Amino acid sequence: MIITRRTFVKAAAASAAAFVLPEAAPGAPPAPAMRAVPSSGERLPAVGLGTWITFNVGDDPVLRDECADVIAAFFEAGGRMIDSSPMYGSSQPVIGYGLERLGRPEALFSAEKVWTSSDGPEQIEQSRRFWGVPRFDLVQVHNLVGWETHLETLFAMKADGRIRYVGITTSEGRQHDLFEQIMRAHPLDFVQLTYNVVDREAEERLLPLAAERGMAVIVNRPFRQSALTRRLEGETLPDWAAEIGAGTWAQFILKFILSHPAVTVAIPATTRVDHVRENLMAATGPLPDAALRERMAAYVRDL
Amino acid sequence: MSEWWTYRLEDFLLFSPRVYWRMFELHNAAFWPLHLLTLAAGLAIVLLVLRRPRRHGLWVALILAALFAFVGWSFLWSRYAAINWAIAYVAPAFGLQALLLAIGAAARGGLAFDRQDMAGRLGLLIMAIGLVAYPLVAPLFGRPWASAEVFGIAPDPTAITTLGMLLAAHGGLTPLLFPIPLLWLLLSGLTLHTMGDPQAWLPLLAAGATVAALVLRRIAG
Repeated sequence: MIITRRTFVKAAAASAAAFVLPEAAPGAPPAPAMRAVPSSGERLPAVGLGTWITFNVGDDPVLRDECADVIAAFFEAGGRMIDSSPMYGSSQPVIGYGLERLGRPEALFSAEKVWTSSDGPEQIEQSRRFWGVPRFDLVQVHNLVGWETHLETLFAMKADGRIRYVGITTSEGRQHDLFEQIMRAHPLDFVQLTYNVVDREAEERLLPLAAERGMAVIVNRPFRQSALTRRLEGETLPDWAAEIGAGTWAQFILKFILSHPAVTVAIPATTRVDHVRENLMAATGPLPDAALRERMAAYVRDL
Repeated sequence: MSEWWTYRLEDFLLFSPRVYWRMFELHNAAFWPLHLLTLAAGLAIVLLVLRRPRRHGLWVALILAALFAFVGWSFLWSRYAAINWAIAYVAPAFGLQALLLAIGAAARGGLAFDRQDMAGRLGLLIMAIGLVAYPLVAPLFGRPWASAEVFGIAPDPTAITTLGMLLAAHGGLTPLLFPIPLLWLLLSGLTLHTMGDPQAWLPLLAAGATVAALVLRRIAG
């Protein structure tokens, strides 16, 4: 199913109630837009924080502090969701270090993954210890590895109150057929996939299906692991980008992603405090309508 | 996992170049001035290979065995594995190489360094590159001295120097001592290539030159 202007407008109207711009305190930067998790109604800022590569800094004390600074700026700018995986090297203990340094911010929405062909509960427990949280808000099956066993575990953990939400992930367009089958067969709270102005395959089936099934959508690799922003950095941002308040290519791309009505949270990763602020700013102000979205995609394609 | 063909080398790179090179800076700072001792050990290996005193093969192999065990534990296992979980599976191979070197040294006939052919002479050149030239690579490629890779401290120069030594050696177990350093240099070269680092060709060239020398020796022999 290709998203058309009609279906887009219909879905956008349906999700309008779930997408509200909160008022900012006087003098403070505008707060990011909030989106509802369909299965619970809980509202989350539309931009989160990914940790793939950027937070894998090992025991380097200087870089650990830089990551902690990024986390601090993320919460200061109104962010909540931090996403990681056991696959991301030292990212989990680095997140734990940052959270500890910040005094365990209550705003945190912890999104983790299980990525093993053997003992899922043991891996989730080890991840929890790395983060230093009492429980994860969301645990997702990373790239569908061992998904049947892990989903059984995760739904049982959710029923026991040991996690709050269950999800699955994929990236860069892989395994969409199986992904769709699992979405149709299981009452998932979240799905995580790759979607951006040049990787639009998810628009065909997965994003409409998530909207139909009431599943929140986390968008990973919004900048194609920075390859997209690097490719665009020498190019001029079109004048009409100002209409939607996009002052940088990163904001241009994030606004494109967030303007899809099925998307709940995009999780760009960064090592820079100024970038994390810039990313959260993308969730403020107007978003493109269906016509402008097509213009954005065409503009990037033709560069 | 299905759809393996859709993965690129970049998908397996878990860290940024900055983190990778800072890892060497931290490692060097943690072990300085041990570098002077490992370089002296490297020089001792060269002298033993050139002068061939009694039981020289035993000493060369034991020195290299100790350094392989040290690099495998201190760098791969204790540092690199923190940012690259796959290295936790590679580090034991350095322990195995140490064991093979020790066994090779103790085995009947042990290692002897009387190769005078072209491959043997190329081996001496490769040893010199691993010992003397490799620490200079960091400033040549615009990185600080603090991130220099030194024989006996970092894996690449240790593997390169070992391959050079092996090309100059003969002995019953010598063929078993080539694969681990060769595979390490292949892995290291691919990692650097994926990082987009121009230094990637160095470990690949060292491994390629070693294989070429072995092939030429086989053809000539």
